[in-house]
Amino acid sequence: MTLTLSDLRTKKQVGDRVFRYSTLVGGAVILIVLALIAYTISSKSSLIFRTEGLDFFTERRWAPSADKPVFGALSFIYGTAITALIAVLLAVPVSLGLALFTTQVAPKWLKKPLVTLTDTVAVVPSVVFGLWGIIYLAPRLVGFFKNLSGWFDGIPVLSSIFGTVSAGRSFLTAGLILAVMITPIITSLAREVIETCPQTDRDGALALGATRWEMITGAVMPHSVGGIVGAVMLGLGRAMGETIAAALVIGSSPTITANIFSSGDSLPSVIAFQWGEATSDEKRSALIAMGLTLFVLTLIVNFAATAVVTRAMKRMQGAS
Amino acid sequence: MTTSTPSLSELTPTGPRQVQVSDLAGVGGRRRAKNAVMTALMGMSVAVILVVLILVLWTVVSKGWSIVVGMFPDWFTEDIQLSPRRPGPGMKAAIVGTIITTAMASAIAIPLGIAGAVYLNEYGKRGLFARILRFFTSVMAGVPSIVMGLFIYVFWVVPRGIDGLNGFSGALALACLMLPIIVRSTEEMLKLVPQNLRDASFALGATGSRTTLGIVIPNASPGIISGCLLAIARAAGETAPLIFTIGAAKQTNWNVFDGTNTSLSLQIYANAKESFATAQERAWGAALTLIVLAVLFTAAARILSARISKQS
Repeated sequence: MTLTLSDLRTKKQVGDRVFRYSTLVGGAVILIVLALIAYTISSKSSLIFRTEGLDFFTERRWAPSADKPVFGALSFIYGTAITALIAVLLAVPVSLGLALFTTQVAPKWLKKPLVTLTDTVAVVPSVVFGLWGIIYLAPRLVGFFKNLSGWFDGIPVLSSIFGTVSAGRSFLTAGLILAVMITPIITSLAREVIETCPQTDRDGALALGATRWEMITGAVMPHSVGGIVGAVMLGLGRAMGETIAAALVIGSSPTITANIFSSGDSLPSVIAFQWGEATSDEKRSALIAMGLTLFVLTLIVNFAATAVVTRAMKRMQGAS
Repeated sequence: MTTSTPSLSELTPTGPRQVQVSDLAGVGGRRRAKNAVMTALMGMSVAVILVVLILVLWTVVSKGWSIVVGMFPDWFTEDIQLSPRRPGPGMKAAIVGTIITTAMASAIAIPLGIAGAVYLNEYGKRGLFARILRFFTSVMAGVPSIVMGLFIYVFWVVPRGIDGLNGFSGALALACLMLPIIVRSTEEMLKLVPQNLRDASFALGATGSRTTLGIVIPNASPGIISGCLLAIARAAGETAPLIFTIGAAKQTNWNVFDGTNTSLSLQIYANAKESFATAQERAWGAALTLIVLAVLFTAAARILSARISKQS
């Protein structure tokens, strides 16, 4: 088909404008959906906030089927925080090691397989990790937990963190599984950030007689630290929101304790676990309110993470 | 930058060991030891993740194999056993459910996602609205999948009552999950299309829409396709958004729009919670089926995108 100049005006431009606005719709859907999530979920939570008020966040008891039902989210918020914290503490060193090994140490032919390795971990569905955690890992961890608990027995602080072992399903088990799941996320972003470190900086460090490790701490890390912080925060947000794997291995009994071997519960896992038996309007509303709490918490973490990453990327583009 | 001249680290493939100046200072030994220790630790993190991945996959394959193969072909052709206590026969309902809900979700999310990415990269560019949109796309990618499920439950299922529990509602929740992933990966791919291709198209008198549809998207298509396939793989494995939206069927239901449905992920979740060995076996079988489906899919994607990139 040949195009003539006259085609440029007239009908063609109408179609062009239609196309342009329809792409705008595609983008705007994201904003609309986010706004709708916030609106619908808060409106459905209002029932529980009317009956419980802000006590919902400070009440530790969760007794939805008692004669006088009590709906408190505190122990679930605690469980979400502690498992996400454990996950991040365990995942960060491994992720950084992986990212640095892939970009700084590995020979060229090994880089691609290493990237595929981390991507494969990301492809495994979370429910499969949960299944593996509950049937394979948890029973095998009990002995290890008991040993660990024995070592720290009698030492102040540590003995309460590594306290009595009740079962394989615990805060720590959930944290372990979550750590595996967020490792590919942190790794791939950290790798991207580290790869933007200018070759001249690295060569400069090596030319000054630095060892490879000194080159990493002296040239690569200062350059990448902002982006890595953002990557870790994204991992934290993911760990907080991850549902099914945590629901299967956390033990599903709301508790607030420093003991990481205790079974507990978290916001997403209680929603998933108790949804089926939630028949009263109040309980449904309470579970949706926990969803709202989770939404707001992850929103804050992701807002901050996105802002940090965007700023770091901008600065790095300026540097290289 | 340094792409034309070989970098120093490439010239010294054994690493900084050949930088000997430090040895003259007399502290080389300690520094070198530290370097070796840290390198070993980095290598260990590779080993850790490799061991975990192999353990997970090996457990799934070894435990799932006996039931999937042992019940062949019933596993793929029979509906799901009603009682968790009794052994088997099949998983057909879940396989069908996973395929149709994921396909429906893709049909919703992929056109919208690509359109959104085209807007960001071709029209919005660095404008204020585009920057806001980009920011919220990242934010939406971080919204927990269970919140998406609750959202569709409140927004779509509740107004329709018991009829609202069907494959389409599940697909809507999955589509919400896929949308930001597709927008982000597609925009990355559109960015890579050289600007002079667009300029050439415009210079020939093509309109913006023809340039985008005829030049930009075809050029970026291998990348766009593999980004979409990753999003599909992610959605096929999701459980949390389906708990509230899809119901709990055990019979095969090919109709996305009517009647409750189920999925492989839901079956894994439900059976993993049971203490009966028969249920757990079913969970392993479903896990193996899900992983094989994902692998087949990814492999098909690789071949497809390789073929397309060879053509262009």
